[in-house]
Amino acid sequence: MTYTQLALTGVVVVVLLDLVVLRTWLLRRRVFWASYAIIVVFQLLTNAALTGLRVVRYNGDAIIGDSTGDVTPAFLGNGRIAFAPVEDLAFGFALVLGTLALWVFWGRAGIQRTPAAGPPRRRSDNLSP
Amino acid sequence: MRHLTYVGVLLFCLFGSVWLEYGLRTRVFRRWLRLLLTVTPIALVFSIWDLYAIAQGHWSFDADQTTGLTLGGGLPLDELIFFLVVPLASVLAFEAVRSAQGWPAGDEVADEQPVANDAASAKNAVEPGAGTP
Repeated sequence: MTYTQLALTGVVVVVLLDLVVLRTWLLRRRVFWASYAIIVVFQLLTNAALTGLRVVRYNGDAIIGDSTGDVTPAFLGNGRIAFAPVEDLAFGFALVLGTLALWVFWGRAGIQRTPAAGPPRRRSDNLSP
Repeated sequence: MRHLTYVGVLLFCLFGSVWLEYGLRTRVFRRWLRLLLTVTPIALVFSIWDLYAIAQGHWSFDADQTTGLTLGGGLPLDELIFFLVVPLASVLAFEAVRSAQGWPAGDEVADEQPVANDAASAKNAVEPGAGTP
């Protein structure tokens, strides 16, 4: 399989993981999309460094865009966004959703559900001014 | 120094996210077992994907800009650490958003977070008792 095919397969697999297998349903939650919106900005930044500096090089046979030889790839266009292949967005989405679905799954399973994030508080006590 | 290019990117990800543990009280490191159970399978699966991609020639790494330490199958140590750092950063970002906004994720302790749909509980978190139709 090409990277394009694998990346799309990866997205399908994690979507099924979230909705069907673990039933965490993060795709329906604003906390997930707000987190992803932040993470994807940093992904574009760090990925731009890795691909723009050619730390990682991609084979044109495996991606929508072309091989770029010894030249820095296009910033935008030729199947690339911020130097990186568009496929990386799917790869990153699979990585992030897979991670967070698993994290929430373990919490729901009762593994270290607490201490929860946020200021020290117990809503049920309602002691705050 | 050039060998540390990838390491520099990893440090950026790490320092860009770890402060959230203290700045926004994400309490992720205090839930280390849950973190370990989350990160380990993800790092394993994505390393296997990476090994396949390397074997198929989908991508390759510049030996001059990585540590030069590789694991079996030509997987650079830098890349394995990437698959540990990025899931960690993702969980920290997720818990930071939750800490700041109070939006539920479905794993809350029952008496702290009444069962409700996403939008309604999000409103309640901001304005208790207001805004529900």
